[in-house]
Amino acid sequence: MNYDRILNPTVVGIPPSGIRRFFDIAAEMKDCISLGVGEPDFVTPWNIRESGIKSLKDGITCYSSNSGLLELRELVCRYYSERFGVYYTPSQSVMTVGASEGIDLAMRAIVTPGDEVLIPEPSYVSYMPCVRLSGGVAVPLRATADNSFKLTAEVVKAAITERTKALILPFPNNPTGGIMTREELVEMSKALEGTDIIVVSDEIYAELTYKGVHCAFASIPDMYERTITINGFSKAFAMTGWRLGYVLAPEPLLQQMLKIHQFTMLCAPITSQMAAIEALKHGFDSDFSDVRAMRREYNRRRNFVVHQFNEMGLECFDPLGAFYAFPRISKTGLDSETFCTRLLMEKKVAVVPGTAFGASGEGFVRATYATSMDNLIEACKRIKEFVDSVV
Amino acid sequence: MERSFSMEILDILAQDARTPAAIIAQMLNSSEETVKAEIKRMEDEKILLRYSTVIDEEKTESESTIHALIEVKVTPQYRQGYEAIAEQISRYPEVRACYLMSGSYDFMVLVDGPNLRRVSQFVTEKLSVLNGVISTGTHFVLRKYKDNHVVMPSSRDDHRQVVTP
Repeated sequence: MNYDRILNPTVVGIPPSGIRRFFDIAAEMKDCISLGVGEPDFVTPWNIRESGIKSLKDGITCYSSNSGLLELRELVCRYYSERFGVYYTPSQSVMTVGASEGIDLAMRAIVTPGDEVLIPEPSYVSYMPCVRLSGGVAVPLRATADNSFKLTAEVVKAAITERTKALILPFPNNPTGGIMTREELVEMSKALEGTDIIVVSDEIYAELTYKGVHCAFASIPDMYERTITINGFSKAFAMTGWRLGYVLAPEPLLQQMLKIHQFTMLCAPITSQMAAIEALKHGFDSDFSDVRAMRREYNRRRNFVVHQFNEMGLECFDPLGAFYAFPRISKTGLDSETFCTRLLMEKKVAVVPGTAFGASGEGFVRATYATSMDNLIEACKRIKEFVDSVV
Repeated sequence: MERSFSMEILDILAQDARTPAAIIAQMLNSSEETVKAEIKRMEDEKILLRYSTVIDEEKTESESTIHALIEVKVTPQYRQGYEAIAEQISRYPEVRACYLMSGSYDFMVLVDGPNLRRVSQFVTEKLSVLNGVISTGTHFVLRKYKDNHVVMPSSRDDHRQVVTP
């Protein structure tokens, strides 16, 4: 068989995730401390797990409606209005298989071949492939450490062409930890005035904002109609493996996304939906005390690692969101890949090269602080030894 | 609501009492001196009383210590209420903890001893004969499954992949 002739050239043309190679080496290594993980180190709170278990015991093992359980969607809408001041109705929502599916749905629903989608860089690994799979052209927008990895109106404006279909807004950001404040978003939104550009706001790290409250893009004046809001339960409720996210958007957009979801996923896993109902119900009853406790814990670790990186001479801006630090490693004279590979081989600490998140990640590495203080202390000690040995 | 600096410190020490002041300082964006001073203040003011351990006794070499929870009913004393008798009970070194309770008895007394006989002796010869004690009910701990938020046997397996996006 000549597979080259059979396979879809668009798929073949998408480079494999830059993280994969690392994973293969690190996974085999004993005593390796990993700061390479993109998920919480907390397990899902027990009441949420128990609720999932109970639903299984009760025999709730069927499909849900395509868009998801109504009770859950009502809770999600209430959550968005109370937490972030954006009003959606259940008919403007669909429960997805992780926020990842939401990104795919959004791209497939709006992008036609040749359309351009603006993607801030560095950012999460799946935006560019999703754009390309829809036949679109991913246009990277470079965000820089000097500007705390924020996206500015000028950068957006300069990149807009008549083919620009959408802008992805991934804040708080993986891998940089950068956030956008309301004022900055208002400023940025002005670049979109007079256009039909859709904004896909990936707010999966919204609850992990360490200064003020996350600002949802749909809450910016006049932006509601053009915004597709993506979020989920993975980060705020430590539910990554449950694969449950959601999309909130004006109905004309939502209806088309729902169609794709219906024919590809049918529905999100019902056990996860049942557990998520508990996550939100209990959240409202307790003023989200579990989420607050998690955030408080992350914040301390965040302060610690940022301090450590700066102290060892790896300049690290203050990442006000997510659970990543993104220190600049260029002063070691090594490129990101070499830094990470050598750190792993010589000191058994796994961090991810910034280049895994786009070319503009060169000169940086991503280190997650979603791990125990003991691990962080030891990892920082080893990274310092490594840095001292190369500079 | 933002937590106070001292509450943050207490929270960190409650999780790991050995966390060095220098690291606490970095976790709270403060200086080592400030943290040390605050800890000293809390020690001086008897807020921070002791830095203790959680031990899985099943894994230690020595014969496990016997733990008992004793319900104690008392007659509150004139003008002193429960204070005098609580103080008396608390003085015994065998007593690990003594709580005034709501409900069908007055004190919950946690007693440690080297073996059953010694704990029984303590209850019958010292505790139940105290002035004011009406009755006691002794419950021996058979096994600890969780202590001070630590599930035993302790396992903190990280099931996550080593590197994920």
